[in-house]
Amino acid sequence: MDRFEYMEARLCEGENYIKRDKNVKLYDGDDKTQYVDGEVVLTSHRLLWGKPGDIPKGLICLSLYLYYVFCLEEENGGVFGLGGPKRIIMHLGPALPGKRPGPAVISTYHFIKLSFKDGIDPAFYKALSEAVANKLWERHPLETNAFSSPTMSPRSSIAPIGTKIRSGIVGIERSIEEQQKATDESITVAFKDLTKLMEKAKDMVSISKTISTKIREKQGDISEDDTVRFKSYLMSLGIDDPVTRDAFRSDSDYYMGLAQQISDMMVAVLMDSGGIMSLADVWCRVNRARGLELISPEDLLNGCKLLPTMDAPMSLRKFPSGACVLQLNSHRDEEVAKTTSQLIEENGSLTPIKLSQIANVSVLLARERLFTTERLGLACRDESIEGLAFYPNLFLSKV
Amino acid sequence: MAEIAWPWQYNFPPFFTIQPHSETRQKQLAAWEELIVQYLKSSKQYIIDVRESQNTPLFSNPAINRKLSQDAVLTILEDMARCGRAAPTDKTKTVWEVYWHSLDEWGNMIYSWVSANGLNNSVCTLFELREGETTEGEEFHGLDVNILTKALKSLEVKGKCELMEFDDNQGVKFF
Repeated sequence: MDRFEYMEARLCEGENYIKRDKNVKLYDGDDKTQYVDGEVVLTSHRLLWGKPGDIPKGLICLSLYLYYVFCLEEENGGVFGLGGPKRIIMHLGPALPGKRPGPAVISTYHFIKLSFKDGIDPAFYKALSEAVANKLWERHPLETNAFSSPTMSPRSSIAPIGTKIRSGIVGIERSIEEQQKATDESITVAFKDLTKLMEKAKDMVSISKTISTKIREKQGDISEDDTVRFKSYLMSLGIDDPVTRDAFRSDSDYYMGLAQQISDMMVAVLMDSGGIMSLADVWCRVNRARGLELISPEDLLNGCKLLPTMDAPMSLRKFPSGACVLQLNSHRDEEVAKTTSQLIEENGSLTPIKLSQIANVSVLLARERLFTTERLGLACRDESIEGLAFYPNLFLSKV
Repeated sequence: MAEIAWPWQYNFPPFFTIQPHSETRQKQLAAWEELIVQYLKSSKQYIIDVRESQNTPLFSNPAINRKLSQDAVLTILEDMARCGRAAPTDKTKTVWEVYWHSLDEWGNMIYSWVSANGLNNSVCTLFELREGETTEGEEFHGLDVNILTKALKSLEVKGKCELMEFDDNQGVKFF
């Protein structure tokens, strides 16, 4: 809409009248405007809109230069596509500087619509597209001096004022500087969002807390099962108050807090996964639970090292092979070896991969389990070109 | 080819991998040593060449597609050497003499044969002991010369015999 200008309804030199139509409403993009039930006049250079009777009298009306138009489109009218198209969509190029004042200073849309109460006259649409295609204004520029008010001609305003001409090192430097500024800004904006998100996360946590207390209160209405399920969702969503470094004065305090939290949250997880989990997996689980306040692998390691000092039900364990795991204290070697040797006996022999599939643990852990079993003399190994496999220790059990 | 009753371990794949667990390993080595002696005895062999070990059915079981590696063979032989059941012939440790019995046992066996046949205070050639008709049916019949010599030397230390050199033949006098 900002491409329209106020002008007297008068033809200039070189401009030809083409066609007119009645009962036309103007839309600024998708929005209705106050310009309804008007008359449009199409000329070789412009599209004029005025209240009925204004244009013949030569009064001030709205004028749109056709050189703004780069594309025309019929909008399929009616909710059910009945009655044929009623609107023409005109896609417009950017407003040129130096244009005369119009009904709108600025518009977010890059198209306008002409709505015809009685449907589009095919002849009008044809004439309009022809006028746009002919580009008569390129051969016969309008003598805008014929108009009264502005001194600057719209033709001259087409000159490339918008493009910046920069050359030399200064030009390059300046453009780099500008680019940096833009990046800087976008980064700042992005991080602003992140901080907001974290604030929101705290709110979310408090909301979920209240929900869970409400559920507890209304336990009569909701089945026990649902409560449990909801709680488990909340649990898997995350820790409601992650221990962060900021909250502690010294590193050791921080690690202590971290260790407490790890032990609290990992108990259930470890029980589910057979009592043992590689540290890499633990790190993933902990960080997933923490959401945004992520911890580094080193922090996790340091935290886990402190687990025994606080009587946690689990401890960090380093296998002779160097693999680190978090292990429930109840998950003793003897137990592991016993169950593993049973599995081996059931299957005849086991490779680490096979065991990992059966026991649903990672291959690394399956290997460690087999080695543990072997260390306790409950299995013996078979190394061949087919790989490493473990058998029941018949050397000791068979007499 | 000697046909012996293969022990159950021979068809147990882990048998062909030296076990790291010490107790298991002990049992495994004992089984191997017994098998080796039994095998050599049945085929009247005294020598194991580590480089050739892969080719004998003793150390390779095609039925379960397992072979004992040369390192493993060496491990077993070294373990046998510790209790006097085998000895390398040179420093490269590629050719080993394997003793079905320890040298002492061999010596005692010969001496008891000598006593039984009233050959005390008489002289025998080594050839007589190894190939002579009189020793047929004795376990030391056909015993490797080197091993026989070593066995007699162990007897000599105890003062039960004396080795002596004839022209190009060796003899032994029992007491």
